[in-house]
Amino acid sequence: MEYFIQQLINGLTLGSIYGLIAIGYTMVYGIIGMINFAHGDVFMIGSFIALTAFLLLTSLFGPAFLPVVLVLVLIITMLFCVAWGWSIEKIAYRPLRGSFRLAPLITAIGISIVLQNFVQISQGARVKPLPPQIQGGVTLMEGATGVVQLSWMHMIIIATTVVLMTGFSLLISRTSLGRAQRACEQDRKMAALLGIDVDRTISLTFVMGAALAAVAGFMFLLRYGVIDFYIGFLAGIKAFTAAVLGGIGSLPGAMLGGLLIGLIETFWSGYFPIEYKDVATFSILVVLLIFLPSGLLGKPEVEKV
Amino acid sequence: MSALLSVEGVAAGYGKITALHGVDLQIHAGEIVTLIGANGAGKSTLMMTICGSPQARSGRVVYDGRDITRQPTHLTMRQGIAQSPEGRRIFQRMTVLENLRLGASVVSPEYFDADLARMYDLFPRLKERESQRGGTLSGGEQQMLAIARALMGRPKLLLLDEPSLGLAPLIVRHIFEVIRELNQREGLTVFLVEQNAFHALKLAHRAYVMVNGRITMSGTGQDLLNNDDVRAAYLEGGRRETAGA
Repeated sequence: MEYFIQQLINGLTLGSIYGLIAIGYTMVYGIIGMINFAHGDVFMIGSFIALTAFLLLTSLFGPAFLPVVLVLVLIITMLFCVAWGWSIEKIAYRPLRGSFRLAPLITAIGISIVLQNFVQISQGARVKPLPPQIQGGVTLMEGATGVVQLSWMHMIIIATTVVLMTGFSLLISRTSLGRAQRACEQDRKMAALLGIDVDRTISLTFVMGAALAAVAGFMFLLRYGVIDFYIGFLAGIKAFTAAVLGGIGSLPGAMLGGLLIGLIETFWSGYFPIEYKDVATFSILVVLLIFLPSGLLGKPEVEKV
Repeated sequence: MSALLSVEGVAAGYGKITALHGVDLQIHAGEIVTLIGANGAGKSTLMMTICGSPQARSGRVVYDGRDITRQPTHLTMRQGIAQSPEGRRIFQRMTVLENLRLGASVVSPEYFDADLARMYDLFPRLKERESQRGGTLSGGEQQMLAIARALMGRPKLLLLDEPSLGLAPLIVRHIFEVIRELNQREGLTVFLVEQNAFHALKLAHRAYVMVNGRITMSGTGQDLLNNDDVRAAYLEGGRRETAGA
């Protein structure tokens, strides 16, 4: 029982990170109908920026100001990732708008490779470790079979995700920016006729997705402590899967899908051979999509005209 | 008097297809001008070309003394040109209220409440449907919403593309009544594209006829209503008697 609850906590933490990345996929898909395959690599870049900033700042201030340093690192990471997301859209996707549908998909894969190789060359191919910075936590349960630990790190990740998601849903449902974004999602030409700057709205969508990926990269670094230039690929594929599972285009769907993938992966690793965790995750995805082709919370593609 | 909107020798189209071949047309402030023509004549393309989507391949679109031919689409609303486009293009998954808020995107928020009340006054049905999604509205309600959404942007010039399409005669009459009222009471300039030539010509001060992307005739609404060619081509036999009566 204790083991089960512990795995549940671990799964929710991992799922939060997937969910945050998945939002970037689902929003971009919603607004321009394109899978931004470079998004996972923005997450990877985020974790590298976080590591660099963290090492720089701790060498400047010493380890005494850890909370301040962490907040600064998070802000720096977000700023850099936002700049990356914005530039990627501007350079690789915007010139191809109005071109055939597959063109931006190919540049997305290209950008993904460029980012991976850029980090591989500039940072080296070996994994970068960061010793755990936030240790300790609360022991929730102690039983015959083990203990249930809710570490500070778990709490930080889950709380940050909840806060970000709440803020984000409010942004999308209540503000004029969110409204403009949903309008562009449904009918870009009409949105433009009403005076909405569609290009700007699309840019902001990339920026928001990148900011969330930055947070995910930052938390991934602190929680797992090992990063390399390739983490963006697998995390990206899983987050993309999460977005599809939840119903691509749907924000709550992306979060739900992320949590589910995190839980499936963690529980499989906890009870079955760990080598097969990715096989299991994707098999479940395949089965689910056979029965629910538009995902858990997705909208059916057919619409009344 | 210089025109509020003047279209000068505009050619435009989509891809390899050229839909407009040198169209000339003027709309003066305070007028209702209608453009009639058969399906596929290029009427809607002209509407969209005025808003810069697609942009004209040659010729000029001048609005309020300013050349707006190459201007991005989203700036036209800011300058006071609002469009209720072909097919209405309601945001299906958004509520009526959200659709109206989007219409007011370029307007300072302080006007919103008053403008909204005015729209509900013009179209009481929209108030009843306020929190319903656009996609669940009837055709007539969607048309009212499309017009109200355009008006929320406080335009000087309203472009109306086929507001009567597929609607019951009673609703068409209501919508045309509203257009006349807005024009007379508030001096709103209206450019109306219609296949329903009889109603449109009766409503309009001046009218143009478009055939295959060219303007072939123009005159006052009454002139064209009495013109034999127009009557033969665009007004069915049954309506001819009504027109005279």
